[in-house]
Amino acid sequence: MAQKKGHRSLSSDDPEELARVPLQAVLLADSFATKFRPITLERPKVLLPLVNAPMIDYTLAWLESVGVEEAFVFCCAHSQQVKDYLNKSQWMKQPGTFTVQPIESHDSISAGDALRVIYNLGVICGDFVLVSGDTISNMSLKEALQEHKERRKKDPLAVMTMVIKHSKPSSLTHQTRLGNDEILMAIDPDTKELLYYEDKTDQSQRFITLDKMLLASTPTLHLHNDKQDCYIDICSPEVLSLFTDNFDYQHLRRHFVKGLLVDDLMGYKIFTHEIHSSYAARIDNFRSYDTISKDIIQRWTYPMVPDVQYFGNCSQMKLDRLGIYKAPEVDQSRTAQIRAFSLIGNGTAIGDHSVISNSVIGQSCTIGRNVSIQGSYIWDNVIIEDDCKLSHALVCDGVHLRAGVVLEPGVILSFKVEVGQKIVIPAYSKVSLLPQPSKQDSDEELEYADANSGVVESPSITSIANTRNVDPVPDSPDAEHSDTSEVGISGVGYIWSTTEGGHEEEWRHSIAPIPAEKLMEFCLSAHTDLGVSNQDVNSLPASGELQLDSESTGFDDGEDYKDSADFEKEVEATFQRVLAGVNPENVILEINSLRLSYDMSHADCAGSLFYSIMKSALSAPFSSNLSFGNLI
Amino acid sequence: MPDVQALVNDFVLKLKRRKIEGSHASAQHTAELLRSVISHQRMPYTNQAGALIDAVKAVGEQLIAANPVELAVGNIVRRVLHIIREEDLSSTATAIEGLGLSAGSDDDDEGQHEDRPALSAAALAAAARSTLRAPSLQTLLEDIPDSAAAPQPPSSGGDSEGKSKSDKNIRSRKLKHDVIEAINELIQDIDTCHEQISEQAVEHIHQNEVILTLGRSRTVKEFLCAAKEKNRSFRVFVAEGAPRYQGHVLAKELVSKGIQTTVITDSAVFAMISRVNMVIVGAHAIMANGGVIAPVGINMVALAAQRHAVPFVVVAGSHKLCPLYPHNPEVLLNDLKCPSDLLDFGEFSDCMDFGSHGGSPLLHVVNPAFDYVPPKLVSLFITDTGGHNPSYMYRLIADYYSADDLVVKRRSTS
Repeated sequence: MAQKKGHRSLSSDDPEELARVPLQAVLLADSFATKFRPITLERPKVLLPLVNAPMIDYTLAWLESVGVEEAFVFCCAHSQQVKDYLNKSQWMKQPGTFTVQPIESHDSISAGDALRVIYNLGVICGDFVLVSGDTISNMSLKEALQEHKERRKKDPLAVMTMVIKHSKPSSLTHQTRLGNDEILMAIDPDTKELLYYEDKTDQSQRFITLDKMLLASTPTLHLHNDKQDCYIDICSPEVLSLFTDNFDYQHLRRHFVKGLLVDDLMGYKIFTHEIHSSYAARIDNFRSYDTISKDIIQRWTYPMVPDVQYFGNCSQMKLDRLGIYKAPEVDQSRTAQIRAFSLIGNGTAIGDHSVISNSVIGQSCTIGRNVSIQGSYIWDNVIIEDDCKLSHALVCDGVHLRAGVVLEPGVILSFKVEVGQKIVIPAYSKVSLLPQPSKQDSDEELEYADANSGVVESPSITSIANTRNVDPVPDSPDAEHSDTSEVGISGVGYIWSTTEGGHEEEWRHSIAPIPAEKLMEFCLSAHTDLGVSNQDVNSLPASGELQLDSESTGFDDGEDYKDSADFEKEVEATFQRVLAGVNPENVILEINSLRLSYDMSHADCAGSLFYSIMKSALSAPFSSNLSFGNLI
Repeated sequence: MPDVQALVNDFVLKLKRRKIEGSHASAQHTAELLRSVISHQRMPYTNQAGALIDAVKAVGEQLIAANPVELAVGNIVRRVLHIIREEDLSSTATAIEGLGLSAGSDDDDEGQHEDRPALSAAALAAAARSTLRAPSLQTLLEDIPDSAAAPQPPSSGGDSEGKSKSDKNIRSRKLKHDVIEAINELIQDIDTCHEQISEQAVEHIHQNEVILTLGRSRTVKEFLCAAKEKNRSFRVFVAEGAPRYQGHVLAKELVSKGIQTTVITDSAVFAMISRVNMVIVGAHAIMANGGVIAPVGINMVALAAQRHAVPFVVVAGSHKLCPLYPHNPEVLLNDLKCPSDLLDFGEFSDCMDFGSHGGSPLLHVVNPAFDYVPPKLVSLFITDTGGHNPSYMYRLIADYYSADDLVVKRRSTS
């Protein structure tokens, strides 16, 4: 502790000293979430292969490439596996300036706990990069670090720089790409200070509440819904002590960032750094796993692409036309087809007339004849017998699919599951050798899921009952087959039931593309408000975005409501005449009389006038500056 | 030995991660690395050249596998192998000759000995080359001495009978020493290739000519600047070289040297080519058939030049000369770079979503680094040894490489 204090005072006194501190990084090798269950029951998320290399390799490679000298890998769940992997990997033996050091803890249940543990160890002595082990990026951190350091020199309260990325402002894109919600941020355009952060904007009500102080204290403020959070942060050592001081901080964004923004006693500030052309994303759920895999295959993450062998241990890949990556020893039948954007691992055999498209196949897999694999992720040592059909499924190591199995979109098969002949596994099922934990831990990720109130009827899986122990006899496939309630499996494995409120999550977060009807729904919900507001002023909530809350609640009564709408229309029509050339003085008189006749307050009048000004500004942006000026 | 291994691993990692850019830098690093490999190699008493060759091959194989696209690495490995072979031939030949001499006079006459090895080394090298060559006027004129027959049985056992052990020690050190000397020369060649090439600039660039180039190549820049220094006045059109826009950098550099420069887009090349007297471009590699692997866009320039009968000149150092033939060059010898050079990912993220459209995106972005220019489109190569016709390339290659090294693979027996 004392040592840390010393360091801090040193760094704030003498900026030169600060510069000499090696750049450190904290890598959280645990997401503290359950999105990847059931797979993560057996293997930690950071070791799951992403295009045939464990996710942590991508993160470590990136850290190495940005000039980080010491990386602390914080392992919690399955810490032994992570440590074993690191010990075997090249990162530990690599000579040179990049050292990787695992930190183990067993009782941390959140990122906040992890950072508290790291604080107590006292290993961080300067600015550090905070990432989780599932971050894929090829950005250069030099600029962001420079900015952060300069800001720190001027203002020691600037404790954190968040990396954000531009993205399309449509919530649909957020959903379809990474399966997460829009993020709403308020950023000061001059200083890049982050003033407001909200990561679960509710689609149904299009309101946000900003603190009045925020508007009063900053001259300009940009509200963004077109930014994507990369979950890459450059932190000062104070961040760790802040976590220790506020022991209820668990989640990095939801508690820490929001907490700092709300708390004006301490005055700590968070800044943002926007990246443009480089890539950065985090694997949060199965959909982002799918998306990021495809981005890697399409080479957005260059040079971390399969044929560059960025990580020493993977075999050499050859890139053919149309984005087909093939390891040197693939035993492919002459009649088998490998279509665009696929990757085939070393030692895999593919039988006659099989078709593979948009998929990633791991090492030493055996694929039979007439198999169709589409948009799926198949890890190592998987056996797929003849006539199977896989679409948008994730199949873990050692799975055995017997002849004729059909995996519908969104299926997850965990390690070593066996599926009997001619069985159809319904969409969005998760199958594992381990039974589902009877009671879900009250994990905050799940609360978050429940909070989503949109009502969507579940796809066909509702018929599946709760945790069903399936007959673990692989050799008698047809016995259970007739029994429709036993839809699953004559192999080995449990079908996990979906959690309550999880039905909606399923289609949001699975690998499968979003069904067309869901997309439609989503589009509609996103666009209804806007669409209606254009035709009809009656739906005030939409146009009322500009008004304050208190006013819109004033129109409880239907009659009143209609009146106000009429009034607005009248005002607008009158106002239009100014533009047509009528003398502004007369119009002011008319509007005043309108106000009196409708018995409206001055505020109402000003509001509707403002509304019509904005509306006409939309239609004729540059024509009539003068008349506006006169009127106002 | 272990520190050499660490050096090798370090370099392999750098190559794998694409941290070394450009064939010049790669060639230089490779040559320096191989020099230290050879200097650390322990020499056995017999078959020293074989041991060296094996050591170099073992390292070379790793280096080539680390970045198969960077052909300069393989070229330098093969050059070094060739150097070892030639030095070995010449040293055995001097040994045999020395044996013959020592029968007459036991103590070697220093003055005589000095020029003889050099002469015989050259002759033997020529002899070794001649096995590759078709009979031609040049080989006839070179007048191979009778000793050319000698290298065929380079049996170290034969001469070891008469030689004392200490003498052999000297010889073994000598072979290594010679090889390292030759590699030093090679490194120097690589260093000075730009100057050597640009010395020829005035012969090719004439007064008031218009030169067109695409992208940025250091060799081209020095070539043009050398002509300017000799007070040639000429104009340069620079095509900007999308997507990396290195042409802008080149334009800046040329202007700072006082050369009249015009920047055009890549797509304007065909429109401008009728005013151009000569096209000068750099290359990534020159293949054995005279084809050129060059930054993307150059094939288009070459086609435009051919259409308007404008000479298309490629300047490249001899380390870019590759003894391989291009099979399927568009794919195998290409590097697909990051698509973000072309498009801003954020702007196009809505086109790239995989959740809709059945899981496959409708937008693909491909960013190849290189073009292949077939030999028939190239008018002239200017290397540090002078100007050559594309059809002459195989001959240059025979000078620099030995046929045994085309495939750098360790013999499975060793």
